[in-house]
Amino acid sequence: MLTDLLGIPPQVLFGQLLLGLINGAFYAVLSLGLAVIFGLLNIVNFSHGALYMLGAFATLALVQFFGIGYWGALVLAPLMVGALGIVIERLLLRRLVGVDHLYGLLLTFGLALVIEGTFVKLFGASGIPYAAPAALSGGVNLGFMFLPWYRAWVVLASVVVCLATWLLFERTKIGAYLRAGTENPKLLQAFGVNVPMLTTLAYGYGVALAAFAGVLAAPITQVNPLMGSNLIIVVFAVVVIGGMGSIIGAIVTGLAMGMIEGLTKVFWPEASATVIFLVMAIVLILRPAGLFGKTA
Amino acid sequence: MSAIIENHELGGQHVSERIEELRIQDLHAFYGESHALHGIDLTVCQGELVTLLGRNGAGRTTTLRAIVGLIGRRTGSIMVKGTEVINTAPHIIAHLGVGYCPEERGIFASLSVEENLMLPPRVAAGGMSVEELYDMFPNLAERRRSQGTRLSGGEQQMLAMARILRTGANILLLDEITEGLAPVIVDKLTEVLIALKARGYTVVLVEQNFRFAAPLADRHFVMDHGKIVATIRQDELAAKQHIFDKYLSV
Repeated sequence: MLTDLLGIPPQVLFGQLLLGLINGAFYAVLSLGLAVIFGLLNIVNFSHGALYMLGAFATLALVQFFGIGYWGALVLAPLMVGALGIVIERLLLRRLVGVDHLYGLLLTFGLALVIEGTFVKLFGASGIPYAAPAALSGGVNLGFMFLPWYRAWVVLASVVVCLATWLLFERTKIGAYLRAGTENPKLLQAFGVNVPMLTTLAYGYGVALAAFAGVLAAPITQVNPLMGSNLIIVVFAVVVIGGMGSIIGAIVTGLAMGMIEGLTKVFWPEASATVIFLVMAIVLILRPAGLFGKTA
Repeated sequence: MSAIIENHELGGQHVSERIEELRIQDLHAFYGESHALHGIDLTVCQGELVTLLGRNGAGRTTTLRAIVGLIGRRTGSIMVKGTEVINTAPHIIAHLGVGYCPEERGIFASLSVEENLMLPPRVAAGGMSVEELYDMFPNLAERRRSQGTRLSGGEQQMLAMARILRTGANILLLDEITEGLAPVIVDKLTEVLIALKARGYTVVLVEQNFRFAAPLADRHFVMDHGKIVATIRQDELAAKQHIFDKYLSV
């Protein structure tokens, strides 16, 4: 077998691949949200990591204050944080229409610092544990590794949400509006589509995706005010590799980069933290618009 | 069929007795610092086909863009079917029954031909059905699954026309629809415009191709430097030839 030739036990190889797939699931959902937002708002949403963190904190808050468990949080937390996103878009981002992209970057980056700073002040920088739902405790022995049910669920839920978003974009009328609005929002509005409303909803949806990832992460990583800022840098690299604003690019690249990271952990563990940035550099040299991006 | 006869007989002569679909008064428009329209006045009545003629930069495209609300800063008055829209958002103006076909055609690359066709929301009852449109433009039916921008220039123009006819809009603002197209396609578009007139559409046509526009139009508005410098009825074409020579010859 190939793994024997390389002197690597298959348990290690498949184990890391699977762990990579789980990380990739988070990359995919987060970069997908960024792609949705970038498409319509032309803004690189630097507060995405903070909003992901808010999703996890909303999950905590729901159980502490309302006794609402994981499954309820999976629906409610994205709705709550998405609603906050809508407020952010209406009150702040909308004012940046027509000005240089840099202002959107600065605003969302500043917002991330404010949100994360506030939460560090309130909760400290250490993690708060959140128990996985009872229905998903335990796991299965796959022969090459023990797979906790919860991790399998994370991959499944992420893939389902990504596919649903892709179908929404590619197969529905609202998806046609979103694609057209990405290309030429003014003309779309002149046709009678309420583009400002569409833009608000797109931002809300992108933010809700971030919060959804935050709920999924809560039982895995512990809930911590800086959980987003650690992750988001890698996610931006994923977005650059996939191509800014490409829906399918975000999904495929997210999953693939997670697995490449996992593979690197097997063959050259020291490089696993940098491999995605290396891929990003190579992609930027060969295809500056990204693997799935359209060269303008 | 009576609509055809009526339009034909009336020409532009009795427009004042008919319903005003579009009334523009003292319209000024600005692109940033530059002042593009300097007080446009024009009225278009129901069922009329008028042209905006003039050289590049005379303000014809800007006039259309101002009507649909795509110019950031505009002052004066634009009444669409009796509703003031000078401060109205574009998507609301469209729902008064205005269909806009931009100069660059605006076919969406990320949408298929059929998705492009179905994209603009219905703004009024009485739009053409998809079957009627595929009948009118058979090429589009054949290529309905293609990516919108893979169509030839002529096909893209037909798609840009077809998609606003589906919506029920009955005021059509058409910008340079014959530009760069083969004569056989221009003939097809002539046929289409005659058919649209017969159905009672109100059409504002921005055109360079005078030979295409002259036999179709009830009136011509000649523009220069952001103003309307002359209005010429179809029956005055020969008598006022010197105006065309002055403002249109390159």
